[in-house]
Amino acid sequence: MTETTIFRARQIITMNPSNPEATHVAVRDGRILGAGPLEKLAGWGDYTLDERFADKVLTPGLVEGHSHIMEGTFWRYVYCGYFDRADPDGETWGGLKTMSAVIERLKAAADKLKDPDAPVAGWALDPIYYGGRRMTREDLDQVSATRPIGVLHASGHIMNVNSKALEMGGLLREGVNHDGVPLGADGLPTGELKGPDAMAPVGAHTGFDRDILAGDESGIRQFARLCVRTGVTTAADLASLLPEDAVEMMLRVTGEPGFPARIVSLRRLIGLTPKEMIARAQELGRRSTDRLRIGMIKVVLDGSIQGFSARIRWPGYYNGAPNGLWYVAPEQLQEMYDLALANGVQIHTHTNGDEATALALDTMERALARHPSPDHRFTLQHCQLADAAQFRRIAKLGLCVNLFPNHHFYWGDQHFQTTLGPERAERMNACATAIESGVPLAIHSDAPVTPLGPLFTAWCAVNRLTASGRVQGAHERISVADALKAITLGAAYTLKLDGEIGSIEAGKRADFAVLLSDPRDAAPEALKDVEVWGTVQGGRIFAAAEI
Amino acid sequence: MSREPIPLTVLGGYLGAGKTTLINHLLRHNGGRRIAVLVNDFGDLAIDADLIERRDEDMISIAGGCVCCSFGSDMMDALRDLADGPAAYDHVLLEASGVALPMQVAQSATLLSDYRLDVIVTLVDAETCVDLLGRDYVADTVAAQIKAADLIILNKSDLASAAERERARAQVALLAPDARVLEAERAALPPEVVLGVDGRSRPLLDLGRLTPHLDHHQAVAVEVKSTVDPTALAEALAAPGLDIVRAKGVVRGHDGAIYAIQAVGRRSEARQIRPPGDPRFGLVCIRHGRRIEPGEVEAILRAVTRDQDCTP
Repeated sequence: MTETTIFRARQIITMNPSNPEATHVAVRDGRILGAGPLEKLAGWGDYTLDERFADKVLTPGLVEGHSHIMEGTFWRYVYCGYFDRADPDGETWGGLKTMSAVIERLKAAADKLKDPDAPVAGWALDPIYYGGRRMTREDLDQVSATRPIGVLHASGHIMNVNSKALEMGGLLREGVNHDGVPLGADGLPTGELKGPDAMAPVGAHTGFDRDILAGDESGIRQFARLCVRTGVTTAADLASLLPEDAVEMMLRVTGEPGFPARIVSLRRLIGLTPKEMIARAQELGRRSTDRLRIGMIKVVLDGSIQGFSARIRWPGYYNGAPNGLWYVAPEQLQEMYDLALANGVQIHTHTNGDEATALALDTMERALARHPSPDHRFTLQHCQLADAAQFRRIAKLGLCVNLFPNHHFYWGDQHFQTTLGPERAERMNACATAIESGVPLAIHSDAPVTPLGPLFTAWCAVNRLTASGRVQGAHERISVADALKAITLGAAYTLKLDGEIGSIEAGKRADFAVLLSDPRDAAPEALKDVEVWGTVQGGRIFAAAEI
Repeated sequence: MSREPIPLTVLGGYLGAGKTTLINHLLRHNGGRRIAVLVNDFGDLAIDADLIERRDEDMISIAGGCVCCSFGSDMMDALRDLADGPAAYDHVLLEASGVALPMQVAQSATLLSDYRLDVIVTLVDAETCVDLLGRDYVADTVAAQIKAADLIILNKSDLASAAERERARAQVALLAPDARVLEAERAALPPEVVLGVDGRSRPLLDLGRLTPHLDHHQAVAVEVKSTVDPTALAEALAAPGLDIVRAKGVVRGHDGAIYAIQAVGRRSEARQIRPPGDPRFGLVCIRHGRRIEPGEVEAILRAVTRDQDCTP
């Protein structure tokens, strides 16, 4: 006999405009019977009243529309970031404010190791905060001259290593000729390795194991713990290769009774032709379960703005750097979009620069002319530099956007001063313009590039503060209400899950974020400080303190 | 694994230029070389079924000790696996994707000291070249692919009109004035052009070992009895006006050391080597599309040699 549980809460924010607030929500079989006063719900029959949330606030489970399970894996390495960050255990690692502090933390980690040859790997480094000086191999030689040491930058695109690591990778020599391997006055690499190719010879020696990073069991479990801590009940894992053994592992692990989150994992377009991608996507789609949704495709069109690899339009990069890289040719993109629309497969496309966005729009327009699709929900991910005219086209083409307001906090000053210049930096991640243009909006963290935490992402979209405390692009700030919608229904809509999640209403999945306070009561500047108690996912309760 | 670096050819060019056609052609006509080909995905690759010995998800083994691997997103891993593996290859052909920058691909591959860059070849579709160089989104990428090339293959020359070919040549010359430009139909080039005149560093003076694809008028072998300045000779052989596609040889320098010299398109190098035994000193030079006379090579030699004594 299936049971009905009615949860009482101080406040339930349903995100359902016809029933916006409630005090009780009834749950049966992991789904919502309804939300409202107790009397309205009692008609469903016998129930158990659960009052553990009596002093808490429930919102729909937060939906992270663009992240990577890899964040769970990275926490096995040493956190070297400038900002405080909480790990899956709930411990906050203090931000490291100087390069010496980074070296000290790495040294402490090295000192704990019994094996004198074992590598030490760090992550989340960002030297832009250390006053213009780049990190060198001599800096990391202070950690150890005998162990290989490697520290990945926050972008995931650059790594700093020590001399030993360079030597093991065959790069501590003269004559290295690669744009991604800067050389010192002595003609030898400085230890900074930019881009995956430059990192490849050295990465494995420093403990960054490619297979583990591609998808390991402990990583997905750690990621799920982070979801509970941040109120996330559904998270998209973008750009996995989804090899067969990873799919089997993910199906098994997400299917466990105690796994607290729904993962939506997209297969990246690479290594297969568009036709093969469709076949693979359809095959994966047939194997989806409630907690592992697969069958969507991720296309990466260009690189990143702060890495100068995004494709941007005139006048190009502010500091004169040449235009960035295409990762997919226009013809391939056209074939991919055409086939996907014809076969009902959904595509999310990474476009960072506005030239990349323009290509995606032109391509979509042609594809839709051939395959009219009233509800395709193809989504542009990041879409950081789109202008108002592009948003109007995005609206007409029925595309969604998932913007990246966290970028303003972490790299806003850099965009203002170096990559794009003042006006374009101010228009980046134009959430207000998106809403005004009628474009369905989600916002994301791209964890581990920035930390998983939709309330923080919402804070970024509402306040648009850079790390130095400036407001960047005041016009693009959005209301708390709009931001909360973006991290619930908005993100759910981009994943075609808005019928199942994103709001607390009858028939939907019983996915809730349990908060200690009402985010609408907080001053907009304090939105990021609203604390998360845990989550309810599919009716199962997960306390952050016990996860 | 310390073996001598494997020569690497980077094959670039936009979609439709004929890279796959060229790869198919070379796998079929490898002139006795054990080639490893790395491609982004198997896509349109059409290897004759009777040549295929084994086929896995990522690797196709081909008769004659050749192999074709698809590397997806893992180019560096694939290159490393190939170098670390048990099989020894005479040459590696690395296909850059249609929007990749071949210079970057070459730089990355040669971060691994298992490889030595032989040549960057860019294929250009003679019919669409000019249009691509003015096309939205991709113009600067196509231009960069051409600028990076040591050897430019103006492919589908049979499909382009004479005027189109002329315009294409003119644009290419502006972008890459030093590169060697060859015309081809259906990418049917002699393997010597893309893969070198022989296997690794064994000197080749016997023209009989060249494949039947190479017109015998377009290759010449010359003995070099006197000492030379190896770098100057290599550079001279790579000079634009001469239109020599490939030159390879073994010479004795003025310092008494032995050098392997090579010129591929505009790229030239001279490396000191320590061959076992008594090497024969000489040069093989090939052109493509027109004859080469021993006298031309002798003239070059005279310009960089002290001693006048050399015979074809």
